[in-house]
Amino acid sequence: MNYESLSFIFLNAVLANNFVLALFLGLCPFLGVSGKLNTAVPMGLATMFVMLVSSVCAYGINIVLVGLDIEFLRLIAYIVVIASAVQLVEMTLKKFSPGLFRALGIFLPLITTNCAILGLALFQTFKEYDFLQSLVYALGAGTGFILAIMLMAGMREKLELSNLPSVTQGAAVSLMLGGLLSLSFMGFAGLGGQ
Amino acid sequence: MARKQNNEITWDTFSEGLWRENPVFAMLLGMCPVLAVTNSAINALAMGVATTFVLLASGILISLLRRQIPKQVRIATYIVIIATFVTIVDYSIQAISLDLYNALGAFIQLIVVNCMILGRAEAYASKNRPLKAFVNALGMGAGFTFALLCLGVVREVLGAGKLFGFDLFGPQFEPWVVMVLPAGGFIVLGAWLLLFEWFKQRKAQSESEAVVEAR
Repeated sequence: MNYESLSFIFLNAVLANNFVLALFLGLCPFLGVSGKLNTAVPMGLATMFVMLVSSVCAYGINIVLVGLDIEFLRLIAYIVVIASAVQLVEMTLKKFSPGLFRALGIFLPLITTNCAILGLALFQTFKEYDFLQSLVYALGAGTGFILAIMLMAGMREKLELSNLPSVTQGAAVSLMLGGLLSLSFMGFAGLGGQ
Repeated sequence: MARKQNNEITWDTFSEGLWRENPVFAMLLGMCPVLAVTNSAINALAMGVATTFVLLASGILISLLRRQIPKQVRIATYIVIIATFVTIVDYSIQAISLDLYNALGAFIQLIVVNCMILGRAEAYASKNRPLKAFVNALGMGAGFTFALLCLGVVREVLGAGKLFGFDLFGPQFEPWVVMVLPAGGFIVLGAWLLLFEWFKQRKAQSESEAVVEAR
């Protein structure tokens, strides 16, 4: 059992231990889809939704696995659940918002291989959160992801207008930006005595 | 890269992963472990070896089963195969060195979602014979390990003044703490990419100058 309070878990996941900037989870979409704000935000929301679904499922599965004493199948079971959740999101988006579906492109199925989601499921198991704590943790992690990808997209939109030397164009400058962003998020490290 | 269906194994099959299509520097795949575990050289090496093992084993198995796996469920099948090997690695590292296991943390289990492995399975192992897939996976794994070491060495030397745990500079050295922190990972990788881009541009420039002179 873990006795951390819900507000602590939430703040910790959003700021102090932000999944992208402090734990390095979910970097592929963070670098790949952060070119424009109006694709970054839906991507963040989709990721958050998958996080919530898979967090709930992972909680249930873990109880079953522990009950049957087959914890070594945890990884395989989690990844299958996540893949199904992503499929669900994909079908929903395709039906209700085909434009957005095309804009997200390859990165939508790649949510499956977003480490942030599997990482979340694994961390909540390691930390032995109960059901409500897991849910808040997923909510916090999702919010943190949206926050990070929005900040990044905003900065990269501004960067489009500036005159960079040719060597720094592309991934290098995004990584440098990520570094600065991560540095500024370290200012939150004192929150909750982490 | 020309993907003809030939079964010849050339030096290129191996070397493309090392440099030209290096998973980290050229294709920016599998970034999460790259940045997360490279705060020391030894962690970087262990992570590289573990990933290479999963890459090799899953590459061979997928290549062997490539005619049996139905197209519709191939991604799910690949993921399950990869997850199986990662579980093996996870328990092996736990048995070999508990310190290392604790240092790498959840990132061993997160090898499952390394886009590079799934990408190789989809783009290469499912289309080629086992031996060729093996050689290619070996190259990719070596390239990945090389990239991890590039980052791990720089971050450990600057951030702790050590290399593989040995003191380099003596007690007067003031470590750049930022290098072992998360921010350092982003910045060092950015710097490596800058360096490579600079080399590439300089090479392109000297080549175009050579063409002009030849006329």
